Amino acid sequence: MSAMLQSILSAQFGFAVLRVMTPLLFPAVGVAISGLAGSVNIALEGIMLCSACAGVLVSAFTQSLWLALAAGLATGIGLAALLGFFHLRLKADIILAAIAMNMMAGGLTIFVLFLATGEKGSSSSLTSLVFPLVHLPLVRRIPVLGEILSGQNVLVYGAFLAVFLYWLIVFKTPLGLRIRAVGQNPDAAQSVGINVNRTRMWALLLSGFFGALGGLYLAMGYVSWFARDMTAGRGWIAIAAASLGNNMPLGTFLSSLLFGVVNSLAIYLAPLAVPSEFIQMIPYVATALALTGYSIQAARRRRKL
Amino acid sequence: MEKFILKYFNLLRTIIAVLIGIVISVFLIFLISRDPGFSLQQFLLGPLLSRSRFSSMVEMASPIIMCGLAIALAFQARQFNVGAEGALYLGAAVGTGFAVSTAMPGFLHLPLTLLVAGGVGALWGFLPGLLKARWRGSELVASLLLNYVGYYLGLYLINFHFRDKNAGYLVSYQLPKSAWLAQFIPNTRMHWGILLSLAFAVLVFLFLYHTTSGYEIRMTGANEKFARFGGINVFKVVVLSQLLLGLLAGIGGMSEVMGIHRRFNWQSSPGYGWDGVVVAIIGRNHPLLIVAASFFLAYLRVGGQVLNLMSDVPAEMVTVIQSIIILLITAEAFLAQWRYRITVRQAESRGEAA
Repeated sequence: MSAMLQSILSAQFGFAVLRVMTPLLFPAVGVAISGLAGSVNIALEGIMLCSACAGVLVSAFTQSLWLALAAGLATGIGLAALLGFFHLRLKADIILAAIAMNMMAGGLTIFVLFLATGEKGSSSSLTSLVFPLVHLPLVRRIPVLGEILSGQNVLVYGAFLAVFLYWLIVFKTPLGLRIRAVGQNPDAAQSVGINVNRTRMWALLLSGFFGALGGLYLAMGYVSWFARDMTAGRGWIAIAAASLGNNMPLGTFLSSLLFGVVNSLAIYLAPLAVPSEFIQMIPYVATALALTGYSIQAARRRRKL
Repeated sequence: MEKFILKYFNLLRTIIAVLIGIVISVFLIFLISRDPGFSLQQFLLGPLLSRSRFSSMVEMASPIIMCGLAIALAFQARQFNVGAEGALYLGAAVGTGFAVSTAMPGFLHLPLTLLVAGGVGALWGFLPGLLKARWRGSELVASLLLNYVGYYLGLYLINFHFRDKNAGYLVSYQLPKSAWLAQFIPNTRMHWGILLSLAFAVLVFLFLYHTTSGYEIRMTGANEKFARFGGINVFKVVVLSQLLLGLLAGIGGMSEVMGIHRRFNWQSSPGYGWDGVVVAIIGRNHPLLIVAASFFLAYLRVGGQVLNLMSDVPAEMVTVIQSIIILLITAEAFLAQWRYRITVRQAESRGEAA
């Protein structure tokens, strides 16, 4: 037990937390920006899966990281555009349309994987690429902190950058102002000449962009292959993380970090003599509890007003 | 003709969406298969041509009907609870545990086992319902998370408590005969659970359209504020609709275990809960249309399996097709132009006549 405690208090654990947090943080930022515009993108689970699949296949067949990145991003943004088209133009309920898209992602990725490799489980027969690790100069020399921060996958730093980018977009650009206006009161926004649908479409496209990066990291950094349903509910946990963070950059980051810690704990607890089913349950139970606690808190605040 | 189109517009729209889906699948088969003619024939006719395949289509429809009814109850109240999958899995796991560790005559064992499974499912539907009704938490996210929790809990129960160690793989002990749902057509796998699900379809129809609670559910779904001002207890509706969702899903899963496998043998979640979402959307939350949609989905599924087995096209094509179909059906504006034009023309001709 004390050995386990020691390993949890070590720098490697901090390193693992950042690793585990990244595929939650990217989609959480994506959910947050779409939520801020008032049309929550709950299709990120599927979008991540498709981007991961596209990235792995393109990298395996072209051996080019840039092409894989482009393919993953195009897939994510394209699917977000499709969702936006169905929701905003064809007036589909965004929740139902997103459920349909998530379902499609589950089948389509296996379908494509089978056509490409003849297998339905994973892409292990292909040699796909991973994004490079980055050793930070100077920072790596700092004791403990350097061990945690340096030597991560480039997309881990990308996730931090995504939070900053999100803050920049929302608070420092005209688009961000429009997004916030549309989310708070679409009618009022419309009345001052803001195109509500176009603004929401931009927000959805951005959410697809962030979700795609999450998917790419998952299959080309976190691990080095694509496997069916490999997102394993991260898209849902991201929705909870964004709402816990009130869709704000710092809040979303902190709640993703919290879930990152919980999920890393689950990984570190795995050798314990507890049935593995319970260990695997931890991320989902923890998220559900956090969501409940948050909802109770929010209800209290509403009552006070 | 135009009157007919207006009257049955939603049904026609659904049929057109389904046809588009089938056309796309034909297109995909021609794109992929080395022998598209044969593959196509296997896909479309395969489920109908042999007795065993026809039987597997009918028996597959049964849990899909139950989950479709379950989801429809929640959707009618505009509660986006998609937790049928977890409720079905955990309900069937606990129900199996109950059945293998008790002994009693069949007339008690059968209904009690179904009730235990349904009760556990109901609890699984109740939790997101309570979260939503009491604190306005997202029932959608909660139910999605509980699907995973229900899966791992169920797996744990079977693995650590009711596992048949003599079997080569992860299955529960066999249910005692008193908890078997018998076959009503000999030499097939068609069991009484199928008729049970049809009976439930009628029950849910009567409940939704001929009882006060059903009216309250539909009213809340149509306009929650209006329902509230009209004196409807929205709290009750939100909780009840989701509780019933879990109940039906639990019974649906258990009846498949009792009627076909006779032991719990789902190492991975069978996906009927998600199929339920699909048929609820295709059947526009109407219990009787859901029955039709479930048979259609089961037909596609078995077709996909035949395709997988006999040709070079993977079964997952069906998942893609079904998603496209429901995407089109949820799109309110899909074909709306058509209805609009007819309505205008009708109004104009009526104006001229007058």
